[in-house]
Amino acid sequence: MPKDSGIGASSKRREDVRFLTGAGNYTDDINIRGQAYVYFLRSDIAHGKINKIDTSDAEAMPGVVRIFTGKDFEGVGGLPCGWQVTDRHGQPMQEPPHPVLAQGKVRHVGDPIAAVVADSAAQARDAAEAIVVDIEELPAVIDMKSALKDGAPKVHDDLTSNLCYDWGFVEDNREAVDKAIKDAAHVTTLELKNNRLVANPMEPRVAVGDFERGTGNSTLYTTSQNPHVIRLLMGAFVLGIPEHKLRVVAPDVGGGFGTKIFHYAEEAFCTFAAKAINRPVKWTASRSEAFISDAHGRDHVTKIELALDKDNNFTAIRTETYANMGAYLSTFAPSVPTWLHGTLMAGNYKTPLIYVNVKAVFTNTVPVDAYRGAGRPEATYQLERVIDMAARELGVDPIALRRQNFITEFPYATPVAVEYDTGDYHATMDKLEQIADIAGFAARRKASEAKGRLRGLGINCYIEACGIAPSNLVGQLGARAGLYESATVRVNATGGLVVMTGSHSHGQGHETAFPQVIAEMIGIDESMVEIVHGDTANTPMGMGTYGSRSIAVGGSAMVRATEKIINKCKKIAAHLMEASEADIELKNGAFSVAGTDKSVAWGDVCLAAYVPHNYPLEDIEPGLEETAFYDPANFTYPSGAYACEVEVDPDTGRVTIERMMAADDFGNLINPMIVSGQVHGGLAQGIGQALLENCVYDENGQLLSASYMDYAMPRAGDVPSFEIDHSACTPCTHNPLGVKGCGEAGAIGSPPAVVNAVIDALNSGGKKVAHIDMPMSPARVWAAMQG
Amino acid sequence: MYEFEFVKPTTVADAVAALGEEEAQALGGGQTLIPTLKQRLAMPATLVSLTGIAEMKGVKAEGGTVTIGGGTTHGTVAKEAASAYPALAALASNIGDPAVRNRGTIGGSLANNDPSACYPAAALASGATIVTSSREIAADDYFQGMFTTALEDGEIVTAVRFPVPEKAAYIKFEQPASRFALVGVFVAKYADGVRVAVTGASEEGVFRWSEAEAALSANFSAAALEGLSVPADGMIGDLHGSKEYRAHLVGVLTKRAVAAA
Repeated sequence: MPKDSGIGASSKRREDVRFLTGAGNYTDDINIRGQAYVYFLRSDIAHGKINKIDTSDAEAMPGVVRIFTGKDFEGVGGLPCGWQVTDRHGQPMQEPPHPVLAQGKVRHVGDPIAAVVADSAAQARDAAEAIVVDIEELPAVIDMKSALKDGAPKVHDDLTSNLCYDWGFVEDNREAVDKAIKDAAHVTTLELKNNRLVANPMEPRVAVGDFERGTGNSTLYTTSQNPHVIRLLMGAFVLGIPEHKLRVVAPDVGGGFGTKIFHYAEEAFCTFAAKAINRPVKWTASRSEAFISDAHGRDHVTKIELALDKDNNFTAIRTETYANMGAYLSTFAPSVPTWLHGTLMAGNYKTPLIYVNVKAVFTNTVPVDAYRGAGRPEATYQLERVIDMAARELGVDPIALRRQNFITEFPYATPVAVEYDTGDYHATMDKLEQIADIAGFAARRKASEAKGRLRGLGINCYIEACGIAPSNLVGQLGARAGLYESATVRVNATGGLVVMTGSHSHGQGHETAFPQVIAEMIGIDESMVEIVHGDTANTPMGMGTYGSRSIAVGGSAMVRATEKIINKCKKIAAHLMEASEADIELKNGAFSVAGTDKSVAWGDVCLAAYVPHNYPLEDIEPGLEETAFYDPANFTYPSGAYACEVEVDPDTGRVTIERMMAADDFGNLINPMIVSGQVHGGLAQGIGQALLENCVYDENGQLLSASYMDYAMPRAGDVPSFEIDHSACTPCTHNPLGVKGCGEAGAIGSPPAVVNAVIDALNSGGKKVAHIDMPMSPARVWAAMQG
Repeated sequence: MYEFEFVKPTTVADAVAALGEEEAQALGGGQTLIPTLKQRLAMPATLVSLTGIAEMKGVKAEGGTVTIGGGTTHGTVAKEAASAYPALAALASNIGDPAVRNRGTIGGSLANNDPSACYPAAALASGATIVTSSREIAADDYFQGMFTTALEDGEIVTAVRFPVPEKAAYIKFEQPASRFALVGVFVAKYADGVRVAVTGASEEGVFRWSEAEAALSANFSAAALEGLSVPADGMIGDLHGSKEYRAHLVGVLTKRAVAAA
């Protein structure tokens, strides 16, 4: 029987009431008396030397309060990078400065040159048009391999080249891997591109800076996935505001997908300018601005080689990847192609030798950083594509080849430095074969052929490292932050609870799922628990939400804090019932003395804590409020097996997704409905990457796909009704809830399934097509079929 | 957008007079012009809305002709032309999304003559007559290349007269992002011959594929098109498809239109 409340219940998302009735409070809904508006004048060329910025005419325009340029930020810090990668030779990456407003040069279309603050948004924009900018255009570097050639124009003149780092992992494996590939019975080689994406959350970015003259306190309201991280980065590294004088609020946020993790120039600008002009300053991005100022995702060019022995056992993997950093290092950019990518190259398979080489490259494009999955989709895509290609080359069944090489014993230490705690890859594949009705595929293919369509079946597995992350480990890997999470549980005198969490919900449903855990632990109704998040003024220091970490890390912190509450309540209950603390049991919201009928209700214990008339004041403090910080012992390792069935119209190359199946192991589930919703969204995003989305620059650095007229997002009609299953469950062994996280899986697991399916369809129609790069637009598929 | 004056006349005559003023621009449903204004890519002094002119609205079918007022929305054409000219109504029902169809007008679409718009294919394949505030223009003379028409400054498309064909169909292959036509083909069979108009494909905008027309006039079947193709030269090539791909689609979609007609 499905439960109707607590852990495992599909409780309805309580936050949706306000989202769906227009009662949400998004950053753009925040307007402060007297606020001014900023418009950013952005570079319309990709690379150029700033000779002169003349703002005199613009300053005389109606409503203009002040115009800022890079000069105003000369004494101010630049935007920091939160992760330092060390290269193959033990040297730190090249780390160029990232000014709030361009200084000396512009480096990508969209780089902010000046900021006009005016009484209205329209006046600010009018005045921006009156700024005279003299920029000497320089040749742009767009293509990564060209950017690394001798004599290529340099994005940053002070660096030795456009190479951010040349990373090898595990460097000590390099020669052994080379030898294994040389000695292999069969080597499959695949060159591919992981297409650049624009995250496109429904809500564009917004920032409102406020400065309180009376107290000297600054506040930033911003569309962020992690307000504490922004407070730390902006306060400490950019503006020099101590954290106790700076508050960052991220209220309702309309989707993040990674791109709202990072600290952006506009946030620092609004906070800085509010103090400088002593007025609140607001910025709301247009969708056009989002395309050229939000960090992009993916953009890897990879060569992968898979070596097999004569029995088709995987013996080695070697990869070489060029990873686009864009013009500046966004907050976590260096970590994505390295520690979030190289460590996942083992996938679900017991390949003994792996070597991953990544060259991160500066180009005159928008910075690239984490996007749903962040490094793990790139790893999964190349691995699952090359396995599929190997199966085709060897004439073996792609499921059998995978099963033969599955890791089956846990814990399993991979050759790429991580240890999987649990998993059962055969079990998820069994589930997949069942829901996908693999046995019935031949008949479905026949039916498609009867109407002139080619039908293909694509299979893949994935593994991801979530629950980011053990702080001591990531510290060794170059992270400049800890990655714990926090929760404060405040019990009110009348028994209701408020949980203040450092996690941030921007679509994930924390306000519903988190109370389910606490309600289960105490035995009370979910409605007695309220979640507070998104405001550094009333939540403990936390690292925010990304990397499928909130329930695994944030949820664990909440469990720990609630355990402290329960332990304290037991002391109070023991006192009230004149019993020994060791005999107190908590069940269904009441504390009882074991083996007796004595019991005291949850609410009475809470009341006693706040009205301590009959209370052990000599032993414990009054009140009921506890905080816990949780630092995970390991990553979590969700895994799964996905399948996709496509039809290809051989006349036009158009691909339609007929079926999409996902069997995931997320460990224990808190709210299966929300988990399903996360998978659905991820699948749609993965299908978007596989078939539709493509962020394209021309050779001069102009963004060709700069609006929805040319950048294709998946729509309802582009996706089928999904068939998913989460029942193959191996609980995580090292966190109290046994949870693994589910936010990114769909986006990680689906692109290779779609591509594998299309390749299968084309080959079934007699077209010897080995690979097509994403997005597999009709034009690309048709071109591939022409040979 | 920049500031502008806004007028909303109720007669064609008043609209023509208003458009005679300096820097005045006609505003139909605004589905192209408003986004252009929002991006500050146009700076008219006055916008003359045509949506308040009753005489420019509605669908009339009589004597083998469907006449559609220039200010009629796609949504209205989709509903009201459905029995008289189903292929035209079907085309209208698949332009953009419901919001676009409830605002966008046939006159606005034809005046703009976007090379990927649907209506130019219908008008050209039907041999329609574009009725303006000052004259009547045959479709063959009206379309003069990408975003270019025979319209003079201040001339308003007040109505479009479509001779109803015996058979017709429009097949649109959508550009995945905009859902405009990557290529769209309208085939219309009349007693005196077949007309085939192609949108989305050519750098010159909508065009008639005369080779296909000749073949189909002799034998109205997809088989009659075997071996025919349009040259890739002069086709649009962009990130959504090469010239060769578009040329290929012209052939495929024409066959499908014939089959669907």
